[in-house]
Amino acid sequence: MSDPMAEIRASFFIECEELLESLQDGLQMMDDGESDSETINIVFRAVHSIKGGAGAFGLNDLVHFAHRFETAMDEVRTGRFVPDGEAIKIFFACADVLGDLVRASRDETPILDEMTAPVLDSLERLVGMEEEVEEEVEFVPAGIALDLGGLGDLGGGMGDLPPLDLPALDMPSPDLLSADGLPEGSETPDVAGDNDAQAALGKGFKIHFLPEPALFISGNEPLYLFRALRDLGDLTVRCDTSRLPAAEALAAETGYLSWSLVLLTEEPETAVRDVFEFVDGLCVLTIEPITNAALDGSMALPDLDVPSAQIPLAPGDSAETAPVETIAAEAPPSSPAQAAPAALPDRLAPGAAAAPIPAPIPAPAAAPVAPPAPIESAAESTEPSDAPSREAKNAPTQPRATVRVDLERVDRLVNLVGELVINQAMLSQSVTEAGLPANSAVSTGLEEFLQLTRDIQESVMMIRAQPIKSLFQRMGRIVREASAAVNKDVRLHTDGENTEVDKTVIERLADPLTHMIRNAVDHGLETTEKRVASGKPRNGHVTLTAQHRSGRIVIDVSDDGGGINRPRVLEKAIEKGLVSPEAQLSDGEIDNLLFLPGFSTAAEVSALSGRGVGMDVVKSSIQSLGGRIAITSVEGKGTTFSISLPLTLAVLDGMVVRVAGETLVVPLNAILETLTLTDDDIKQLGPETHVVQLRGGFVPLLDLGAELGYRTPEQSYVGGIVLLIGQEDGHRAALVVDAIEDQRQVVIKGLEGSYGRVPGIAAATILGDGQIALILDPMDLISQASGRTKDRSLSLSHAG
Amino acid sequence: MSLEVLAVDDSRTMRDMLNLALSSAGFTAHLADDGLHGLEVLEDIEPDVIITDINMPRLDGFGFIDAVRREEKWARIPILVLTTESADELKAKARAAGATGWIVKPFDPAKLVKALQMVAG
Repeated sequence: MSDPMAEIRASFFIECEELLESLQDGLQMMDDGESDSETINIVFRAVHSIKGGAGAFGLNDLVHFAHRFETAMDEVRTGRFVPDGEAIKIFFACADVLGDLVRASRDETPILDEMTAPVLDSLERLVGMEEEVEEEVEFVPAGIALDLGGLGDLGGGMGDLPPLDLPALDMPSPDLLSADGLPEGSETPDVAGDNDAQAALGKGFKIHFLPEPALFISGNEPLYLFRALRDLGDLTVRCDTSRLPAAEALAAETGYLSWSLVLLTEEPETAVRDVFEFVDGLCVLTIEPITNAALDGSMALPDLDVPSAQIPLAPGDSAETAPVETIAAEAPPSSPAQAAPAALPDRLAPGAAAAPIPAPIPAPAAAPVAPPAPIESAAESTEPSDAPSREAKNAPTQPRATVRVDLERVDRLVNLVGELVINQAMLSQSVTEAGLPANSAVSTGLEEFLQLTRDIQESVMMIRAQPIKSLFQRMGRIVREASAAVNKDVRLHTDGENTEVDKTVIERLADPLTHMIRNAVDHGLETTEKRVASGKPRNGHVTLTAQHRSGRIVIDVSDDGGGINRPRVLEKAIEKGLVSPEAQLSDGEIDNLLFLPGFSTAAEVSALSGRGVGMDVVKSSIQSLGGRIAITSVEGKGTTFSISLPLTLAVLDGMVVRVAGETLVVPLNAILETLTLTDDDIKQLGPETHVVQLRGGFVPLLDLGAELGYRTPEQSYVGGIVLLIGQEDGHRAALVVDAIEDQRQVVIKGLEGSYGRVPGIAAATILGDGQIALILDPMDLISQASGRTKDRSLSLSHAG
Repeated sequence: MSLEVLAVDDSRTMRDMLNLALSSAGFTAHLADDGLHGLEVLEDIEPDVIITDINMPRLDGFGFIDAVRREEKWARIPILVLTTESADELKAKARAAGATGWIVKPFDPAKLVKALQMVAG
C-alpha cells in the first residue's frame, strides 16, 4: 500500500468500525434512558464523521444515507425531537444499515436501494423529515466556502488599531477612502467615480481595501492577502495613512489605515475576489478593472497629497512587512482600554451557545483569561465517567499512543517467536543431555531465558488480541432482528466486553455466536404471553459475558427463558433414532443431545433459525478453535451455553505421545481421559475390530499406529494406553498409543500451505529435541475410521 | 513558504488527509484529536495557522477557537474552520467565535493550501 490515499481509505474503514461502535454505545446509552447532550452528541458525531470521511472518498451512497441519519440525529440534538423507545429502535436499525453500507463501500459491493429504503421510510415517518432536495452541492469536493457575508456587523466598532509611529497625522480624508462600515463614518465618497464607461480590458484591477477592526480580530492579515494577490500578477500597494489622527485623538476602536492596490494580471476578477473571500464583510472593498489608459497614468491611483507608505511587495523584503506586522502583533493586546478583550464576551455569545464552555469571562476588564483550566473542568463536568467507552476516550490526554500495524507483520513476529520457543526448548534439551548440573551458570541462565521467552510469547500474542466488544455489538443487532422476527421483547446485556481475545478467534466466533443468540431468542425465551402468565417480566433477557479464566476465554450465552424441556428433547431424540428408547440419560446427557447432528435441524423452528444450522455445527466450529462448549439449564429459569476457548490459535496445549516409533501431538481439549487397558476392558468383535468397555458403554477402539499406516493392527491391545476422545457428536472413541511422553504447549505450524489437507492431521509442530511432530485432528481421524467401520456394517455409535 | 500548521479533528481519516495534503505542500503538520488536545499541542508549538473541525468530543471547535482567541499569545493565529456544514448560521458562529476563514469538507488539497496561504502567508 504505497498509495497514501489508498492507505487513508483503508484506515477510514477501520475508523468507521470504531465510529460504528461508539454509535452503538451511544444508542445503547440512549436506550438505557440517558438523554444528556453528550450522549446524543456521541451518536451524532459518529454519523457525522462517517459522512465526512465518506464524502472525501466520493462514497455518495454512504454520504447520502449518513446525511439523512445525521439530519434525524440533529433533530434530537437540538431537542426538536424527543425519541422514545420505538424511535431508538429505528435509530438502531439505521446504525445497522449504516454499518452495512460502510462494509459494502469498503468491499466495493453495490449498495442497493432496498438496503436503505425501509429504514429511511421509518426515519422519515419518525422525524417527519420531508425528502430533501439532495444537497449534493455540499459534498462535491468544492474547497473553500465563499459566503462570509453579512458578518461584518459582528465585529463592527470593536477592536482597534495600534498607535503607529507615523508623521503628519492630521491630514484630510482623501477622496479614495470609503467610510463605509466605520462607526463614525461620515460620508461615502464616490469610489467608483472613475469607473465610467471604460470597458475592462482585463489587464488588471484597481483595488481599494479598507479593513474593519473585526478583520484583525478574526486573525486575518492584509499582508497575506496582498501576497496572495501578488501570486496573481504584478502588484503595487500603497498604504494610506491619511486618516490617522494625532496620537492623542486616536480612537482605539477605529480603523484608520487603508490600502490602494494596483494588480496587473490576466486573471479574471473572480480570482481577485477569491483572495478576499475570508474578509468579505470585514472590510470595505472595491475592485474595478483598469484600462490601458488608466495605466498610462503610471499608478492609476489618485494623487494623494498625503504621506503614504508605498509597500513594494517583494519576497524577503523585511521593510515590507513592518507596518502590517506591527498591527498583527499589537492590535488587541496594546489596546488602550475597552478594545478587543472587552468586546469578546459579546462576540462569543452566539458561539458559546453551541460550545460546551459557558464562556464565563469574569469581568470585561480582566481581559485575556487563561483558557486551559476552566475548559478542562467544563469538559469534565459534561462527561459523566460511568460509561467505559467514554472513559476510554477521556483518558488519554496525550496524543494516542497507538500504532497501526499490518497484520502480516504481527503474524511474522508471532511465527518468529514460535521459532524462538522451539529453539529455546532445543537448547534446554541439549543442556540437559550434556549433563550440566542444575545450578550451573548455563542452567540458571537458560532458566531465565525460558522465562523471558514465555513473556515475549505472551506479549506478542497480546498484540493480536482485541477486545471482544466489536463481536458483542454485532450480537446486539442479531438480538434486535431476531426478536423482531419472532415478536418477542428481548434485551441483550453484555458484560466483559473489554476482554481481549485473539483476532482470529473473534472472527471465527461470529458465526457460532450468532447462531447461539438466535437460538436463545427463538427457542430459549418463551413467548411474551407465556412469560407474563408465569409471572416473569415481559422482556426476555439474553446475556453475553466474556471473561478470562485460567488461561482461557470463557464466553457465556444465557437466557432467562424456560430452560430446556428435557422430556421433549428426549422424546425427539428417540423419535429421530438418535438414542434408544431404553436409554437412561442424566439431565446433562439429555441437554447434550442438543449438540447431536440432525437434532436441531428439525423444524418446529420459525424462519429465523431455520437455516439448517444446528447446535452440532456450532459445537464443531467451537472445537475447531480448540474450544469446548457446555450447557447448563434450569427449568423455568433459563439456559446457559458456556464456551471456553484458548487465548490464541498460535499455540496449543497438547499431549505428546509415541506410536510405532513416531512422536505425535494430540490436542488436549479433545482428550476426555486416559487409561491403561486390561483384558477385561477389551472386547473383540471381529478380526480387526475391538471395542473398549467403559462404565457400561462400548467405545470403538482405534489403533493410532494402524490408522496412520505406521504398522499393521496388533493382535492384542492389553496393556496398551488409550486416549479417550470425545467426538463432537457426543460419541467417543479410544485411541491406542504406545506411550504418553509429555503434556506441553506446542507452537502450531500449518501444513496445508505445503501439503494440502492431510486427513487426520491438523498441523505440525517442532519439539524441543528439534523433531517435527504431527498434531492430530482426532475428530477427523475417528470419523474417517468410523466411515470404514460403517462400511463393514458395524455400528457402535451409541455409547451413552 | 513553509508553514507550521496545527490541524485539529477528531476523525483520524480527516487528520490523515490533512496531514497528507499539508505535508505534500511542504508544510509541517501537527495533529490533535480534539479541542482540548489542540490546546495542549499549542503549549508546545507555535503554528502559523490552525485548522479545526467543529464537532468534536471534549472540546468542540467553537470552544477551541474561543479559548485560543482569549489567550493573548495565540489571539492572532489565523484559524480556518473545517466542516461539512455550509449553513451560514454555522459560519456566523465560527466567525463570531473568532475564526479567520472556512473550509468545506471534503476539501480540495490545492484549495486548502491556497486558503492557508491567504490567511498565513
